[in-house]
Amino acid sequence: MTTVQERPTGEVGAARKRKEDARLITGRTMWTENVMLPGMLHLAILRSPMAHARITRVDTSAALREPGVVTAFSGRDVAETQGSLPCAWPVTEDMVHPDHPPLAVDEVRHAGEAVAVVVARDRASAVDALATIEVDYEPLPVVLDMEEALAEDARLVHADKGTNKAYTWIFDSGEAGTGHGVDAAFAGAEVVIKRRYIQQRLIPAFMEPRSVVVDPTGDQHTIWSATQIPHILRVMVALVTGTPEHKVRVVAPDVGGGFGGKLQVTAEELIAFMAAQRVGKPVKYTESRSDSLLSAHHGRDQIQDLELAARRDGTVLGLRVNLLANMGAYLGIVTPGVPLLGAFMYNAIYKFPAYRFVCTGVYTNTTTTDAYRGAGRPEATYAIERLMDELAVELDMDPVEVRRRNWIRHDEFPFDTVAGLTYDSGNYEAATDKALELFGYEALRAEQASRRESGDPVQLGIGVSTYTEMCGLAPSRVLGALRYAAGGWETASIRVLPTGKVEVVTGTSPHGQGHETAWSQIVADRLGVPFEDVEVLHGDTRTSHKGLDTYGSRSLAVGGIALVNACTKVVDKAKPVAAHLLECDVSDLEFADGAFRVRGAPSDAAGKTIADCAFAVFAAHDMPEGVEPTIDADATYDPGNFSFPHGTHLCATEVDTETGRVTIRSYVAVDDVGRVINPLIVEGQVHGGVAQGIAQALFEEAVYDSEGNLLTGTFIDYTPPSAADLPDIVSDRTETPAPDHPLGAKGVGEAGTIASTPAVINAIVDALRPYGVSDIRMPATPERVWQALRGGARS
Amino acid sequence: MTRISITVDGVRYDDDVESRTLLVHHLRDRLGKVGTVVGCDTSNCGACTVLVAGDSATTRHAVKSCNVLAVQADGTEIITIEGLAGGDGSLHPVQQAFHDRHALQCGFCTPGMILAAVDLLAENPDPSDAEIREGIEGNLCRCTGYQNIVRAVRDAATALRGADVAEPASAVDGQMPGTPQAAPAVPSEPESVPVEAVPRPVP
Repeated sequence: MTTVQERPTGEVGAARKRKEDARLITGRTMWTENVMLPGMLHLAILRSPMAHARITRVDTSAALREPGVVTAFSGRDVAETQGSLPCAWPVTEDMVHPDHPPLAVDEVRHAGEAVAVVVARDRASAVDALATIEVDYEPLPVVLDMEEALAEDARLVHADKGTNKAYTWIFDSGEAGTGHGVDAAFAGAEVVIKRRYIQQRLIPAFMEPRSVVVDPTGDQHTIWSATQIPHILRVMVALVTGTPEHKVRVVAPDVGGGFGGKLQVTAEELIAFMAAQRVGKPVKYTESRSDSLLSAHHGRDQIQDLELAARRDGTVLGLRVNLLANMGAYLGIVTPGVPLLGAFMYNAIYKFPAYRFVCTGVYTNTTTTDAYRGAGRPEATYAIERLMDELAVELDMDPVEVRRRNWIRHDEFPFDTVAGLTYDSGNYEAATDKALELFGYEALRAEQASRRESGDPVQLGIGVSTYTEMCGLAPSRVLGALRYAAGGWETASIRVLPTGKVEVVTGTSPHGQGHETAWSQIVADRLGVPFEDVEVLHGDTRTSHKGLDTYGSRSLAVGGIALVNACTKVVDKAKPVAAHLLECDVSDLEFADGAFRVRGAPSDAAGKTIADCAFAVFAAHDMPEGVEPTIDADATYDPGNFSFPHGTHLCATEVDTETGRVTIRSYVAVDDVGRVINPLIVEGQVHGGVAQGIAQALFEEAVYDSEGNLLTGTFIDYTPPSAADLPDIVSDRTETPAPDHPLGAKGVGEAGTIASTPAVINAIVDALRPYGVSDIRMPATPERVWQALRGGARS
Repeated sequence: MTRISITVDGVRYDDDVESRTLLVHHLRDRLGKVGTVVGCDTSNCGACTVLVAGDSATTRHAVKSCNVLAVQADGTEIITIEGLAGGDGSLHPVQQAFHDRHALQCGFCTPGMILAAVDLLAENPDPSDAEIREGIEGNLCRCTGYQNIVRAVRDAATALRGADVAEPASAVDGQMPGTPQAAPAVPSEPESVPVEAVPRPVP
């Protein structure tokens, strides 16, 4: 099934405008920074100006004499009690895992590491007093480059560990029994494509800076935080600080974007927690943008050494991946696991039989890296999609045709991949055909040929990118097998109020995704109540005590199933109540169109709605024997598999060979995310995802100087694209339902980002092939393009 | 400390401010106007955008309130996102269009983006898509890829031009007594002189 079916009746599938918008467009939003509490104090953080240094002295005493200052302290003052920031993903048994103190004690290992803090009556006083803190640093040698860091005599980020290597993690299809050994594949190859690609360091750059408020009242601690993961944060604060978990409440109020960047248990959260405990008052910390760019975790930063074996007919035989992944100076919550999420995606939509992946995590004196939209999968997709284009050139074959010869056909699903996953469903043929048609592929190729012939200084390039991704993190047994510390289930609770209104509590934690709207649509359909009668509650561990939050395109793919299951339980619990009210047998009842009716009765016959049942159990005057007076229900769902959305993106770029300027002329995205709950929201996710992928291709890079100072510490230097930098895109869908999801839905949050980066770079390289250019470093700035044109084959 | 008097969303506020206090911090921390947010510290992101006019105002302009000292705003009238809707809660056409077109996701850039769009449409009531993109390029959004924002601004332009004919003052109708003229729903006269009472950010 691959045609988009419009479903005008029912809420699911309708382009509902978002419930969330009312507060957001009127300035009535509850950002963490807007939380004001009586007696609240403000925290400022002194950060290391050096990338690597021994701290020989810290003196905060002068700060204490500044007006309005309540307390000031450094890492040394809390060295024994502050604990270590958690990493929940020790990917190998022997992973080198250094302590990660929230406040540096004896040594700083990246620029921007927190060293000391001031708590004062207002933010300005706190910031002013930072200037009076004296710190003596004894500079230590800096190591920034991953290959240098792995050299024999390398300078060490953590001297006590004796190495900069965090781990080496290997997947080999021959050893795993998921395919052949890769050496034999290369021995039999007619063509070998060998390339090195650089995934530059990126910064998630969510628009709302991180902010945290901690309120200690008695032995209760309430933490408001601009986080994607309130539930995980609660567990981690309990574990790190020793505070009993039931004495910690975490609230993620309105959160202004995350993109993986707020999937973290941060030093700032723990520091604010310590400070609040110390002064016994509420304490707020909100970072500046420059602090955010410097110290909130970064993403990507990998070196990919790749070898692809193929036959001359275009059949891919095997792939070797040797990856260096920059951890930064410490491990964040899932830092080591990010490249592993890519390990399962290098084979992408293709069915080649042999694959070997070796990843080495490397410490450097840089800000910690961690999840950023796509997390591992954009890197993998970039690598394979660039290689497929290189193979096409080598074989003088159309890049679409090379892909067609290797991809899994729609009648081959479910498909066991060489990386050990089982792809649930897909139709790459349909998505690609639709994309080619919308794009006008043949006409653009013809124009390209004529521009090449005429020597037009502005050349046209066409970039092809296909992708699938594992989304819906994740089956708990898989996470366990990968040594991840937590599970991947999700939960939902439904409370039917006496008047028939419905409160839904979800364990997901939206920060822009529109769960309040989409979840309402699902519940409205399942319970037969109006969309407006559903309120979705999230992000407060007091109302939503259980959940695993929002990342990895998991909320609908996993949380949506928990929600459907909870609805089913509500209907099941209401059934005996309805039967009692209708004075019939339970087995004679069916639930349809929002009401229980005796089976076979006409649809306009009097029935009992969920609201009727809710009122009946509220009064509880006349309950059937042995029936509990409630129809509320909870459900927790652990998926059996990931879900695998896919798509084909096509990009046409115009490249000015005289200036190096790249302009995206047209961009077509055809995504298959299964059944769609709300097409408005899905399209928005695709737009935003594509924009972030284009940003990696053309605009963004976090850059350090040779001393480890971040040179891109403001939005002047780190440049997320503006409206004037981005094109309109054409986005469309095919629809292959997810077989394991009752709604047929797959994830969509990361798809656009995964697909678009290689589409853009393939297009640029395609434009420049006649000039001998076969690669371009990202971001492909005009200068880089210009240099590549003058440097020949490689930039 | 300097005494300043500013009118924000129709209410006059007289306060003593430190000379270094930024307008955005004055709005948020002193006046409780927390609908206006801070997204960067280099006036790149535009999240803090408000509309400002001098005391003899005929036009208002979008200003990045992190780029203005509170003392510089003395004597001005300011509209924040909280004062854009009518007093009866009716949304300004730009707000309505943002909702209709799903032009926001996390919503953090939205207050500034909406006010920048109001200013853009005041200057150019019928912008092309390219002119919309240029006109809001001082406001960063990380979620939407801007495409739906462009659609929303286009829709709002149509709505506002329609309002010009049918209901000239729809955007300012129904406001609380004492509320100043809302942001110009339609431009006043094209030849009107921009108010220079406060500095405008370099785009």
